[in-house]
Amino acid sequence: MSTPATMAQKILAAHAERESVQPGELIDVRADLVLANDITAPIAITEFEKLGVDRVFDPARIALVPDHFAPNKDIKSAEQCRALREFARRYGIVHYYEVGRMGIEHALLPEQGLVLPGDVVVGADSHTCTYGAVGAFATGMGSTDIAVAMATGRIWMRVPETIRFIYRGALRPWVRGKDLILYTIGLIGVEGARYQVMEFTGPAIAALSMDSRFTMANMAIEAGAKAGLFGVDEKTLAYVAERATRPYTVYASDPEAPYAQTIEIDVSAIEPQVAFPHLPSNAKPISQVGNIPIDQAVIGSCTNGRWEDLVEAATILKGRKVHPNVRCIIIPGTQALYLRAVKEGLAEAFVEAGAVFSTPTCGPCLGGHMGVLAAGERCVSTTNRNFVGRMGHVESEVYLASPAIAAASAVLGRIAGPDEL
Amino acid sequence: MTIRGRAWKYGDNVDTDAIIPARYLNMSTEAELAPHCMEDIDPSFAKRVQRGDILVAGKNFGCGSSREHAPLALKGAGVSCVIAETFARIFYRNAINIGLPILECPEAVRATQTGHTLEVDLATGTIRNLDTGQTFQATPYPPFMLELIAAGGLIPYTRQRLARGG
Ligand code: SF4
Repeated sequence: MSTPATMAQKILAAHAERESVQPGELIDVRADLVLANDITAPIAITEFEKLGVDRVFDPARIALVPDHFAPNKDIKSAEQCRALREFARRYGIVHYYEVGRMGIEHALLPEQGLVLPGDVVVGADSHTCTYGAVGAFATGMGSTDIAVAMATGRIWMRVPETIRFIYRGALRPWVRGKDLILYTIGLIGVEGARYQVMEFTGPAIAALSMDSRFTMANMAIEAGAKAGLFGVDEKTLAYVAERATRPYTVYASDPEAPYAQTIEIDVSAIEPQVAFPHLPSNAKPISQVGNIPIDQAVIGSCTNGRWEDLVEAATILKGRKVHPNVRCIIIPGTQALYLRAVKEGLAEAFVEAGAVFSTPTCGPCLGGHMGVLAAGERCVSTTNRNFVGRMGHVESEVYLASPAIAAASAVLGRIAGPDEL
Repeated sequence: MTIRGRAWKYGDNVDTDAIIPARYLNMSTEAELAPHCMEDIDPSFAKRVQRGDILVAGKNFGCGSSREHAPLALKGAGVSCVIAETFARIFYRNAINIGLPILECPEAVRATQTGHTLEVDLATGTIRNLDTGQTFQATPYPPFMLELIAAGGLIPYTRQRLARGG
């Protein structure tokens, strides 16, 4: 009998060609997929070239996505996207996604079936942890790490401890994954899971959609976590069955696994949440927000740019008008979602309401383009970070919330929930 | 290796957007990024920092994005070392990988003010505050990380490994 282990330990042991691994050990692991984008790849490429190798470890196991400042927002961004494109051509990278065929990386890769249960995925982007929703051990790193991973297919890691979260109870109306994760980060703080894995379990998680799970895994990094993991269930298997083009392995935590901590949360007590500036942990229930007028509402990003999110926004905006003082910017996560939104009438509802409906891009999420804030402006956003200056001027403010809250706020001109419509 | 420099002290949760705002991520070299280092929390930092100065900060330094631009901007601005109560994990990796020395030592952080002169022995992790005369011991690096640092960062380390066929 082997000793009980967490899902994270089992995945890492398998990728380190070991029987078992213990928290704190430094190990060398094999990566199933390596990711970079238009702002992190240029440094990775420069560093890759210093390694003196003439090929990547596997051209089919690297994904390069120009999404942050793409479509090119200025000349320097154009140069960065070109560096990515030229590298992709030179090394025959299979999964390079050109503008017009791309999406925000963390919406795109799962949709394309590139990340699968049991995988180890490393990406030069902190929100690589999103793929934990399909049961992959996925973690963000810097460009130099990714340069080495692109060359060798291997990377060093410290085996993390795991915190188990057990969510019980029935969700209130309009409460989705975004609210659960904002609430959780509010509970444990922005370094509450530093260097650790957040494992999301319990009956309320089993009831959650895949899209909501992606939202939760996405924000694990906002609590400092190395990864955010979900067990693999029928919903996961149904999601990957339509997409996977290679075999995968399902791992599960043992009931007696050595968790560093277990935190139980009754979701029936959780209202829709709003995280106030300037930390994702400043979460408050919507009933305690007060009167906060807004200038902009952003619905999109790798956190909330998926189908469930667009549908929720459309449900609220259809037949209504965006408040005269508000710019409402809606950005689907991928081209496939964009097309579906056009075909199923969501795009029409958005434009009729007076919202912007954009091609996929990170855009305003990191204050890049497509909705940068001026001094003193306030935005309610479905993105994941509300740091000082994140969406523009240092004196602007970002309030994090779900698509339902953002859409209702766009109509009302102040931060509010759909119940007030 | 001993580093001596003036301290600049900041609080908890200094995020990577504060170290180098995203609007500058259309550039990627130390020289381009350095003039904007810490701009959104301390607009005059990049102008006033001197080569060799030491950044001292509270908990969770470098939280947020994976941008390696953050340690690159600090290095480019002349920062010789960062001492914090704790570091966010991606920043920690990035700094070690690019050869920016960082040390965890809550006691030294608490006892240091902006303007103090610190002396840091990287090999032993000893930190001396020359203004107060106090000495502190930082968490030592694990052996693997010492190897990385001795090699000059992850790229030279990997190049050596690849050359050995390992
Ligand atoms: S949408 Fe925002 S958080 Fe997500 S990858 Fe893009 S910039 Fe990063």
